[in-house]
Amino acid sequence: MYYYVVVGIALALYVTLTLSLNIITGYGGQPTLGHAAFLGVGAYTAAMLMTRAGVSWWLTFPAAFLTAALLGLVVGGASLRVREDFLAITTMGVGFVVVAVFQYTPWFGGVMGIGGLVPPPGVDKVALLLIATGLAAFTALVSWWLERSWAGIALRALRDDEAAAEAMGADTRRFKLLAFVIGTGLAGLAGPIYAVHLGFVSGPDFGFHFSITLLTMAVFGGLGTIRGAVAGAVILGLAPEVFRFISDYRNLVYGGLLILMMLIRPTGLLGVTSLRLPGLPGRKGGISRAAP
Amino acid sequence: MLLQQLVNGVVAGGLYALVALGLTMVYGVLRILHVAHAGIYTLGAYLGLVFYSASHNFPLALLGAMALGALAGYLIQRLLYQPLLGAPPLVPLIASIGLFILLGDTYRLVFGAQTLAFRAGVAEPEPYRLAGVAITGTQVLILAVAAALLAVTWLVVNRTRIGLAWRAVATDLEIARAMGVDAARAVGLNVALGSALAAAAGVLVAYHYNEVFPAMGDVPAYKMLAIVVLGGLGNPVGTVAASLFLGLAETLVVAYAGYLLPRDAIAFVALIGALMLRPQGLFARRGT
Repeated sequence: MYYYVVVGIALALYVTLTLSLNIITGYGGQPTLGHAAFLGVGAYTAAMLMTRAGVSWWLTFPAAFLTAALLGLVVGGASLRVREDFLAITTMGVGFVVVAVFQYTPWFGGVMGIGGLVPPPGVDKVALLLIATGLAAFTALVSWWLERSWAGIALRALRDDEAAAEAMGADTRRFKLLAFVIGTGLAGLAGPIYAVHLGFVSGPDFGFHFSITLLTMAVFGGLGTIRGAVAGAVILGLAPEVFRFISDYRNLVYGGLLILMMLIRPTGLLGVTSLRLPGLPGRKGGISRAAP
Repeated sequence: MLLQQLVNGVVAGGLYALVALGLTMVYGVLRILHVAHAGIYTLGAYLGLVFYSASHNFPLALLGAMALGALAGYLIQRLLYQPLLGAPPLVPLIASIGLFILLGDTYRLVFGAQTLAFRAGVAEPEPYRLAGVAITGTQVLILAVAAALLAVTWLVVNRTRIGLAWRAVATDLEIARAMGVDAARAVGLNVALGSALAAAAGVLVAYHYNEVFPAMGDVPAYKMLAIVVLGGLGNPVGTVAASLFLGLAETLVVAYAGYLLPRDAIAFVALIGALMLRPQGLFARRGT
C-alpha cells in the first residue's frame, strides 16, 4: 500500500511539472531546458523557510510560487531578447547556474543540501498524495483555463507564428512573460511537496537530467495539450516501476524515445493534432508543422 | 604564477576550441544545435583508448579515433538530421538531446560505468620548466595537435572548394543548390570534419587526465553550447576566440578569485550576461 502511495506522489509531481512545462513550451512555443531548476527553487524556498525561519510548511507554498515565478520572470525577460536556439541554451544555462548556486553556497547547505524536512503533524504520506494530486488537478485546471482564455489564444498564435501574432496586434512580450511566470510558478508550487516527500533537497537533483526527463514526458505525450502532458508524465513515470529493467537503461529508453518521436511523430502521442481524423484540414500546431 | 595560469588557460582553451569548432561548423550548415556532438567527443576518447591499448602508438590511436568519429558524425547527420531539416528548431534540438543521452548510456553498457585509465602504467614524465613555468609533455602535445588541427580546418574552410561550398550553404542553402553546390555532400563532409575534431579532443583529454568514463561528455556538451553561442553561432573565428577567452577566464577566476562559482558554471554566467547585452552572440557578424 505504502509503495503505491509513494509512486502516486511521484506521478502527481511529474504531472504537475510536465503540465507546467507544457504551458511554456507547448502553448507558448518557448523552449525550456532547465525546468527542474524551478522545482528546485520552490523546494529550496520551502526547505530554507522551514529549517531556518521555522515557518509552517503550509505557508511555504505561496513563497515557493513567488520565488520560482520571480526567477521565471527573469528568464521570461531573457526570452524577449533571445529567440529559439539561443533561448534554449539560455534556459539550460539558468538551470546550471541555479544548481551551482545551491551546491556551492554554504548558506544553502552546500554539497550536503538541506535535510531533516518533515511534513507538519497530521500530514502522512496519504495526505501528501492527496495534496500532490490536488496540485496536479489545479495545474490542469489552470492549463484548461489558459487554453480557453485570450491569453491562450494569443500564446498559440505566438507559438505558430510570432511575427504574424504581433502583426495581428497580440502583445507577444506580455504573453511570453505570462507563460513563463505561470509555468515556472506552478513548478515552484511542487517544491514544498517534493521537499517533505524526500525529506531533503540537494542541488544536483534539479539538474539537466531531470529537466530533460520532464521535457521527454511532455514531448512523448504531445506538446500543447493537457491530455498529452498527463499521458506522458504517467506513462514515462510508471514505466520504470512496471518494467524494472527500464530503470537500469533509463537514458537509453528516454533517448531512444525522444529520437523516435521526433523522427516519426513530432506531435507526440496525444499532441495538438492527434485526435483529428487524417485527411481533414486542421489548425497547424507549432511543433506539428514538421509532420509531413 | 600568472604566466603559469596563462599556459594552463590556453591549453584548456585549445581543447574547447577543437570541440566547439565542430559544433559551430555544424550549426553553420544545418542550423541545428548539435548537442550530440559531445557524444562524439566521448566516443573519440573510448576509440582512442581501444586503439591505444591495442597498438601503444599514440598518433595511430588519434588518427583512428578521428576517422571513426568522422564516420559516426556523418551517419548522425545522414540518418537523424537530414530527415528533420525544415522542422521547427525545437524538433532537431530535442532529437539531438535524445541522441546524446542515448549515446552516454550506450558507452556505459559497452565499456562499463567505471573510469578507465588511458595510459595504464605509464606515468606522466616530469614537466619541462622554463622561466618558472611548468609545462607537461601532454600540454605541449595538446597545444601542438590543437594548433595543427585548427590550422588545417582554417585552410579547408577558406582555401578549398569544399570550404567554399560550406560557406555557400551556410549563407543560403537554396541559392547554393541553385548554383550547383552538392549540398548533401557538403553538409556530410562538414559534419564529418567537425566530428573528427571532437574525437581528437576526446583522445587528447583522455590522455591528459588519464581517464575515460561514460559521462565525460556531459560538462563539455553544455559548455560547448555556451561557447558557440558566445562566439556567434556558426562563426568559426569567433568560436575559437570565445574558447580561448573561456579557457583563460576559467583558469584565472579559479586561481585568483577562488571558488566563487564552480569552474563549470562560469561559462554560463558569462553566456547569460553576454546574451543579454548582445542577443546574437559576442562575435556575431553584422547583419546575420
